Amino acid sequence: MKVLVPVKRVIDYNVKIRVKPDGSGVETQNVKMSMNPFDEISIEEAVRMKEKGVAEEVIAVSMGPQQCQETLRTALAMGADRGIHVKTDDVLEPLAVAKMLKAIAEKEQPQMIIVGKQAIDDDCNQTGQMTAALLGWSQATFASVIELGEGTAKVTREIDGGLETVDIKLPAVVTSDLRLNEPRYASLPNIMKAKKKPIEEMDPASLGVDTTPRVKTLKVSEPPKRQGGVKVESVQELVSKLVNEAKVI
Amino acid sequence: MTLDPETLSLLLDATRRLVDEKLIPAEAEADANGELPSDVVRAMREMGLFGLTVPESYGGLGLNRSEEVRFLFEFCRASPSFRSLLGTTVGVGGKSILLDGTEEQKAYWLPRIARGETIVSFCLTEPDSGSDAKALKTRARRDGDEWVIDGTKRFISNAPLAGLFVVMARTGERVTAFLVPAETPGIEVAKPWRKMGQRAAHVADVAFEDCRVPADAVLGGEAGIGRGFNAAMKALDDGRLHIAAVAVGLGRRLIEEMLEYARTRRQFGEPIASFQLIQAMLADSEAELAAARALVETTAAKRDAGEPVTRDAASAKYFATEAVWRIADRAVQLHGGYGYMSDTPVERLFRDARLLRLFEGTSQIMQLVIAREMLREA
Ligand SMILES: Cc1cc2nc3c(=O)[nH]c(=O)nc-3n(C[C@H](O)[C@H](O)[C@H](O)COP(=O)(O)OP(=O)(O)OC[C@H]3O[C@@H](n4cnc5c(N)ncnc54)[C@H](O)[C@@H]3O)c2cc1C
Repeated sequence: MKVLVPVKRVIDYNVKIRVKPDGSGVETQNVKMSMNPFDEISIEEAVRMKEKGVAEEVIAVSMGPQQCQETLRTALAMGADRGIHVKTDDVLEPLAVAKMLKAIAEKEQPQMIIVGKQAIDDDCNQTGQMTAALLGWSQATFASVIELGEGTAKVTREIDGGLETVDIKLPAVVTSDLRLNEPRYASLPNIMKAKKKPIEEMDPASLGVDTTPRVKTLKVSEPPKRQGGVKVESVQELVSKLVNEAKVI
Repeated sequence: MTLDPETLSLLLDATRRLVDEKLIPAEAEADANGELPSDVVRAMREMGLFGLTVPESYGGLGLNRSEEVRFLFEFCRASPSFRSLLGTTVGVGGKSILLDGTEEQKAYWLPRIARGETIVSFCLTEPDSGSDAKALKTRARRDGDEWVIDGTKRFISNAPLAGLFVVMARTGERVTAFLVPAETPGIEVAKPWRKMGQRAAHVADVAFEDCRVPADAVLGGEAGIGRGFNAAMKALDDGRLHIAAVAVGLGRRLIEEMLEYARTRRQFGEPIASFQLIQAMLADSEAELAAARALVETTAAKRDAGEPVTRDAASAKYFATEAVWRIADRAVQLHGGYGYMSDTPVERLFRDARLLRLFEGTSQIMQLVIAREMLREA
C-alpha cells in the first residue's frame, strides 16, 4: 500500500517566537524553520511501515513557498520515497490544505494518510479531521499505536481519560500523537541520497482548489508577561495563601 | 564536490541536532568515565560521520574543505573528545590514503573508513622526535617481498581502537609511509596515557617489533617509497585547517556558555552581563572568534580552489587555537569560582581546549612554518 504524509514547514521549536510590531502576525524573516515535529512522527511511522514490508511507498507532501522543498528533503532523507510540492505563497488554512490533500489522495490512491495531530505554529488540530471528512474515509485521531490488519487498522488513541482503541477500515486518515514513536535522525549519507529522489511540483489551481482564506486575523499579540512570584516564610503561610488568595484548595 | 545550499543546510541542521540532543548531554559523563558512551558512538556511526571526507564514489559524503570546516563549526560545539574519535580517520590518517594512496589502497580502505568500520591512526611522533618529526627513528627494511618495521610511536590518538595504522618509518635516508592493519603480528598498543583533557579520547604509544607487511603496504605503492614525509606534510596542511575549525566550533560553544551565564548570574542586584568588564570579555571573545572563523573559511576556499595553503593553514591553526584558549580562559573567569568547579561545562572545555595548541604542530612550530613560508616567498 501507499502512505501519504503531509509535512509542514514551521518555525523551529527551539526558536523564541516574536510578534511583528504591527501585530499582523509573527516574525518569520531570518528565523530558523523546520519540519513540524508531529509530521516527523508521521514520516517515521510511515517509513517503519515500509521497513516492515507493509507499505510499498511513502509519499511526502508539502504545501507552501519554495523553501518547503527543504522540508520535503528532510522527509526524503528520513526515508520517504518521493515528494510532492504544492507551490504557493498564499496563506493556507486547514480547509484549503485538506482540499488539496483530498485532490492528491484521489490521484495517488494511498491506503492511509498520516497527518500530524496539529502544527506547532497555529495549533489548529483540524487538517486531519477535515481531510477524512472530505474524502469520506475513516479517521482515527491522536494515535499512539497503529497496527495494520487486512484492509483495517487497529489504532490506540490518546484521549483525556486514558487510551481508547478503535478498529477502522482502510483507506483512512490517522493523526499522530507525541507517543506514536521517536523519529530518527536523518543520517548524512541519507541526506545526500535524498538529493536524487524526485519532487513533483504542482500548484493549488492545478488541483482545482481555491485557497482564499476564510478567516481574517485581526490582531496577534504577545502573551501577558509572567508576574514575579513571592517567597513565603512557612508552610502555614503557603497553605493559607492557597486557600484564601489563590482559592485553589 | 560542492553541495547545493539546501543539502548543506540539512547536513548542518542534522549535525546541530545530534550535538544538542545526544553529544552535549553525554559530555560530563564521558569525561568522568574516560570513555565515550557506546550509544553515542553508534549514533555518530549511523549519522555517517566517518565518511565525511571520503569521496561519494567510495561510499562517503565527499565534503570539500569549505564544507568540512562548516561541519566542524557545528560538530565541535560538543567536547572535542567526540571529534577526536573521527579526527585521525577523517583527518590526517584517512587523508593520507585519499591524497597519496594507490587506486587499490583507496578502493580497499576508503569504503571501510566511510562505514565507520575502520578507525585510522596516524603514527608520526616518537619518544625522541616530536616537533622535529624528520628525526624519526622507526625503521623499515626490505626482506624479500616484505617490509619489516621496528620502532616505537608516541601519543598516537585512537590507537586502542585503530583498525589501520599509517606509519612513518625510515627507509634508508628518506621516510616512507606504510599502511599497517592493526591485526598484523608485531604490533603492541600500550595502556592509554592519562591526561589533562579530552579524557574520553584515547592516546597510546604503539610499538612495532619485527612487524612484517607486504610490499603493497607502502602508501602510494613503489612510487611512494621515500615520499612518506611529503605525504605526511600534505595531510598535515589539511589536518591543521581541520584543527583550526575545531577551535572555532569550541569557541562558539564557550561563548554560548558565557552568554547564558552572564545573563542569569546576578551580583550587586544585576545580571553580571550588565557590567562593562564582563561585556568586554564577551566582545573580545566574539571578535577573536569571528576573525578565526573568517581565516579558516578563506583558507578552506583557497584549498578548494587548488592553491597552496601551507602558510595559511599554519596561520589558521596558530590563530584559532590561541584564540580559543583565551576564550576558554575568559569563560572560566566569567563564571567566577563556579568556573573552577568540575560540574561546570567550562571547567572541562577549558582542559579540552588546551590540547589544540600542542598537537599537529605546536604553536611555536606554526610560527616557524609561517615565517619560513614568508621568507621563502619574499
Ligand atoms: C593528546 C595528543 C594526541 C596526539 N596524537 C598524535 C597522533 O595521533 N599522531 C602523532 O603522530 N602524534 C600525535 N601527538 C603528538 C604531537 O603532535 C606532539 O606532541 C607535538 O608535535 C609536539 O611534540 P613533542 O610533544 O615531542 O614536543 P617537543 O617537540 O619536544 O616540544 C617541546 C617544546 O619545544 C618547542 N619547540 C620544539 N622545537 C622548537 C623550535 N625549533 N623552535 C621553537 N620551539 C620549539 C615546542 O613548541 C614545545 O613548546 C599527540 C599529542 C597529544 C598531546
